[in-house]
Amino acid sequence: MQVGAVAVAVCFSLGATDAGSRYTDLNHRLMCTCGCAQVLGECNHVGCPNSAGELNELRVAIANNQGDQPILDGFVARYGAVVLAAPTGHGFDVVAWIAPFAVFGAALLGTILLVRRWSVGRTALTVGQAAGIDPEDRSRLDQVRRDTDGGF
Amino acid sequence: MAAFGSFALLIALALAAYNLLAGALALRLIATGRQAAISPERLADTARRAGIAGFLAVSAAAFALIWSAFTNDFSITYILEHSNRALPGAYKFATLWSGQEGSLLLWAWLLGTYGFILRLTHKTDVKLYAYAGTILAGVQVFFLSVLCFAAPPFSLYRGAIPDDGNGLNPLLQYPEMVIHPPMLYLGYVGFTVPFAFALGALMMRYPGEKWIKVTRVWTLVTWLFLTFGIFLGMHWAYAVLGWGGYWGWDPVENASFMPWLTGTAFLHSVMMQEKKGMMKSWNVWLIFSTFLLTLLGTLLTRAGLVSSVHAFAQSSIGTWFVVFMGIVLTVCIFTYVLQRSHLRSEHHLESLVSRESSFLFNNLVLLTACFVILWGTLFPVLSEYVVGNKVTVGAPFYNRVAVPIGIFLVLLTGIGPLLPWRAASFRSIRRNFVLPVVAFWVAAIVCLAAGVRPWQDGSLDTGNFYALITFSVAAAVLVAIFGEFWRGATVISKQTGKNIAVSTWLLTRRNTRRYGGYLVHVGVVVVVIGLAGAAFNRNTESELGLHGKMSIGPYTLECTGFTQDSNLNYNSEYALLDVYKDGKKQFQMTPEKRVYLITGQPQTMVAIHSTLSWDLYVVYEGTNPDTGQPIIKAILNPLVGWIWAGLVVLVIGTLLALVPSISPATAVLRVPARTAPTEPAMKGGHL
Repeated sequence: MQVGAVAVAVCFSLGATDAGSRYTDLNHRLMCTCGCAQVLGECNHVGCPNSAGELNELRVAIANNQGDQPILDGFVARYGAVVLAAPTGHGFDVVAWIAPFAVFGAALLGTILLVRRWSVGRTALTVGQAAGIDPEDRSRLDQVRRDTDGGF
Repeated sequence: MAAFGSFALLIALALAAYNLLAGALALRLIATGRQAAISPERLADTARRAGIAGFLAVSAAAFALIWSAFTNDFSITYILEHSNRALPGAYKFATLWSGQEGSLLLWAWLLGTYGFILRLTHKTDVKLYAYAGTILAGVQVFFLSVLCFAAPPFSLYRGAIPDDGNGLNPLLQYPEMVIHPPMLYLGYVGFTVPFAFALGALMMRYPGEKWIKVTRVWTLVTWLFLTFGIFLGMHWAYAVLGWGGYWGWDPVENASFMPWLTGTAFLHSVMMQEKKGMMKSWNVWLIFSTFLLTLLGTLLTRAGLVSSVHAFAQSSIGTWFVVFMGIVLTVCIFTYVLQRSHLRSEHHLESLVSRESSFLFNNLVLLTACFVILWGTLFPVLSEYVVGNKVTVGAPFYNRVAVPIGIFLVLLTGIGPLLPWRAASFRSIRRNFVLPVVAFWVAAIVCLAAGVRPWQDGSLDTGNFYALITFSVAAAVLVAIFGEFWRGATVISKQTGKNIAVSTWLLTRRNTRRYGGYLVHVGVVVVVIGLAGAAFNRNTESELGLHGKMSIGPYTLECTGFTQDSNLNYNSEYALLDVYKDGKKQFQMTPEKRVYLITGQPQTMVAIHSTLSWDLYVVYEGTNPDTGQPIIKAILNPLVGWIWAGLVVLVIGTLLALVPSISPATAVLRVPARTAPTEPAMKGGHL
């Protein structure tokens, strides 16, 4: 599960590719409010007091030709911001989306710069020392190279 | 039994405290060379023996709690709240970890067990083990203090003792729940051991990298337990919660995943230290972070900091954990600052394109994934603190942020092993990467031909897009890994005259660590293929009367009856569904709904028919109150079986990596004298 992140997430990212799946798309962008911490479209606890009512509200709103955003706004007005399954793209919520990519970008840049600095330093060292290396050290280096060629 | 259990816990605490204090004093005396009334070696040995005795004491306490569950001793509040007379035996055993106090006792017991094994094997390196044992004792003092003073498992019920207990949470009455928590805890608790070795080695400025070799088995075994525990949890969620999925990005699920990610990063980067003396500080902090994340996971589960489906385990001992985490972090920082000169790298990376840098990027991606999950888990708390508005960070967030990172990680799984150490030449890159790249494009074309279409009606279907990328990358990685096996086996086959299968086995035996690791990567890729299959899930829901029919995928379900059953623990009703494919009856499924007598809580028992292609997953959702008709939900989950199959490969690979390789000497002895000169070239991981 090294990449549990990959396709575990894929399972929730089913796109709304046809008109009939708008209901599914929206009920996966909302949470059940019963406290089960599940996405509305996937909460089917036996006897859940909330999910059936919320799903019905959603069906009615779609039947009334409301747009996606007004429907979501309506749910937020009624149940609070916690009813949305993910942070919005406004206000402080934006930080939630930006931070992971900013951290990844900074870490990636830092790693590349670090490796480049090390490799430049190494090249300079090798050039400076190449002429003076004695056969015994060369033999040790070869041994190290052989020893380090293993593991996964 | 309550008095016996409480007394055993107090004794265990006293012994752990002695182990900590005497051990620390002895190590201090040894380090400074000062004289004392008792020789520091003898003092250290008394500390070690106290640790062993402490294990016996905490085992006695755990036994007392289990015994109380089996004998229905409802005078103990914990047993009253988590068990009842009709509870089956296996679940009575599971009572130990079904609540807050019991699961803390399980933690202390497992820590005691790890400590017991460590102290028995102390002759491997007496001084290093003395440091590790003392640090373990420090952790044990914390958990036993919580058990004795904040969350006592043997507290007595006040008032008239009821005839029967409140019973076990229905969600926990499932076979996996008898195995999942102990496995997860073995993983969580187990990371204390490499943490103790790392901190101990740093404190004593341990020369060389031997401590890493010593802890490698501990770390791998612990990682295996955690992996197995996480997958068991996924299977439990899949089979019990009835929503057709296995991972809901619940904070507590996330909490188990974070130390797994850092532990995996450690397992990779530690090879850099072992082989090239690099990344020493990094590794130390990885293992420190892993241990701290296991504590954070426990904090999240127990303190109610974030809302979770695991709310059954919540309580108010969060402050204890916060303080302890603060102490641990302080000790780690202090020790690191004091001893950081000991952690200077002996080599540096030489090229951006090398095995070393692939490990570095692997670590970068794993830690970014860990950060994303930690960020998503804690953002609701942060948002409430900053703007006073609590938000939910659920699956859609992780979909968008974690998927690209995950795909990059799978890619590295295949690229890393193909790169040579130090630096890669263009020629070697071309030689090693041609086939994987071809496999990538072939898989992409096959997927597109099979109907995986990322672009439909002019818009991007993210599910299909990610599935296409994942399948293609998986194909490339599998070809890359099997290519490694093939190249090595071909050489051995030429030298020994044995066939490819035998040669592959010989190859693997000669470097179990490397090829076991490759098998783990294969397992991961198989798991990922299974996870990506979820992009094509289908579901349907219908009211199904007698002889009513519903169809999903190639299957038609016909209801042939509804029936009821009951036992002392629960009443159940279930549907009898005949399943047809191509007009022929294939099998029968019986989705069930239970109502537990003691608690009155309902619970679904999903019926699942698994094949390698897909799972037919059927839920009996109850009856429509208006029509009185039963409601059946059917879900077709493609490739789910691959997830569990991948786990099996992953476990086999890890176990293989734990087996010592055939040593060069052994290999020579097994070869006839005349052929011996051809062998050495293949020995000892020189491939």
